[in-house]
Amino acid sequence: MGIIQTSQVKSPWILHFCNSSCNGCDIEVLACLTPLYDVERFGLVNMGNPKHADVMVVTGPVNYRTARVLKNLYNQIPDPKMVIAVGACASTGGVFHNCYNIMGGVDKVIPVDVYVPGCAARPEAIIDGVVLALQKLSKAVGVAK
Amino acid sequence: MAPRTVAPFGPQHPVLPEPIQLKITYEDEKVVNVVPALGYGHRGIEKACEINEYPKNIHLCERICGICSCMHGISYCEVVERLWPMEVPPRAKYLRTIWSEMSRTHSHLLWLGLLADALGFESMFMQFWRIREKVLDLLEMTCGSRVTQSVSVVGGVRRDIDDEQKKICIRTLQEVRKEVEALVNVLATDPTVKARTVGVGVLTKEQAILLGNNGPHLRASGVKEDCRMLGMQAYGELGFEPIVETDGDCYARALVRAREALQAIDLQLEAFSKMPEGEIFVRPKGSPPANEAVYRCEQARGEVFYYAKGNGTRNLERLRVRTPTFANIPSLLVMLPGSELADVPIIVLSIDPCISCTER
Ligand code: SF4
Repeated sequence: MGIIQTSQVKSPWILHFCNSSCNGCDIEVLACLTPLYDVERFGLVNMGNPKHADVMVVTGPVNYRTARVLKNLYNQIPDPKMVIAVGACASTGGVFHNCYNIMGGVDKVIPVDVYVPGCAARPEAIIDGVVLALQKLSKAVGVAK
Repeated sequence: MAPRTVAPFGPQHPVLPEPIQLKITYEDEKVVNVVPALGYGHRGIEKACEINEYPKNIHLCERICGICSCMHGISYCEVVERLWPMEVPPRAKYLRTIWSEMSRTHSHLLWLGLLADALGFESMFMQFWRIREKVLDLLEMTCGSRVTQSVSVVGGVRRDIDDEQKKICIRTLQEVRKEVEALVNVLATDPTVKARTVGVGVLTKEQAILLGNNGPHLRASGVKEDCRMLGMQAYGELGFEPIVETDGDCYARALVRAREALQAIDLQLEAFSKMPEGEIFVRPKGSPPANEAVYRCEQARGEVFYYAKGNGTRNLERLRVRTPTFANIPSLLVMLPGSELADVPIIVLSIDPCISCTER
């Protein structure tokens, strides 16, 4: 177990991608980073660059236009990586399931590791989802968490 | 002449969580041309509103945008009520006003935080968002949810605010007001904030009117225009006066939003003191008749316009929504050319873009 694997689990960096969500879950993801919930104390940092990221947080359902962007970003993240689908509509399409431009949940395009329920998902639930993802990640890199 | 470069700004980029793409042409560091490319957030909500029955559309309309969710839901209910037509009880009107202003407060605080973040003023970003959590707590206490409130229904509202909650609301709002005031003072006088925003992205009054802009963006250019002046819901009884600045730059837009956040708290406090007792809901009879109606509402980002057409069944024949950001994006084509590359994020942010509203 090297230093890189350890730090990947101890301080994972996050890439937040918004498909065609309603913003509800996006502002909750952002709220996780601000003083009340403050996930930065666990070493989680929000990154704009996919090549720096370990965990991808996706909000919103996939539509026909963002599908390509989503796949593109996913492929740019170095392995091992985790994908968290935040919110009902990122998990299944949710309230938008019968809209004509919607393909459905994020798992229609890329593999998803953790689904966070809720519309909008509460910050507590999102943090819970991240913790679950980290447990999976530590198994994947072979580090005891 | 320096060679020109075309660089895409987005759809995945650090200033906004939302996907918007601007194809920007630069000459060295100067922006010369901008072409917005939209469509990443399109879901097809208007069409889905024709498929669903009319009471279910409230949930869909609330998810046009999660930040102004409450006001989208209220606007949808108001337009269907005008289609009928039916009158909601006065207490329900006041409750709707209170929740609208509460979401305006949280939305403006959110924006002020994002602005501070775009300026690299991390501590102010955190402070604004810390205060905003208190407003979200009030929303959660009174509506049951932090973000998507779902309190409005056709014919009134689903929840009442009792005396106990009212007391907590008033106390918290007064606290929040004090804290926001202190922060806004910093924002308005800090030399680094001023250096980055004064004279950046200037939009004159004539240009703003010509481009059909609306909301705080328009008011920062010196136009006194606000849908709340029409006196819908309870605004007619609250003595509302719009806030206007004249400089039309990013600084003026920040000031308008900051003062509106404070004004929204005052409006809530006043609405609490004037709120009448009584019913909060009247049951609508049957299905919406074959009729059409429009409704204009002032959201945090500007004017939203709802059009609904019924055909006598339980489904609407057509629902059309025109959102504030749709009207404000054209102003980017005027403000961005001539500006520096480093100022692009602040200018884009200064229209308070809400892409999921615009594309639905
Ligand atoms: S789950 Fe709900 S609140 Fe979250 S992005 Fe989807 S529609 Fe919006």
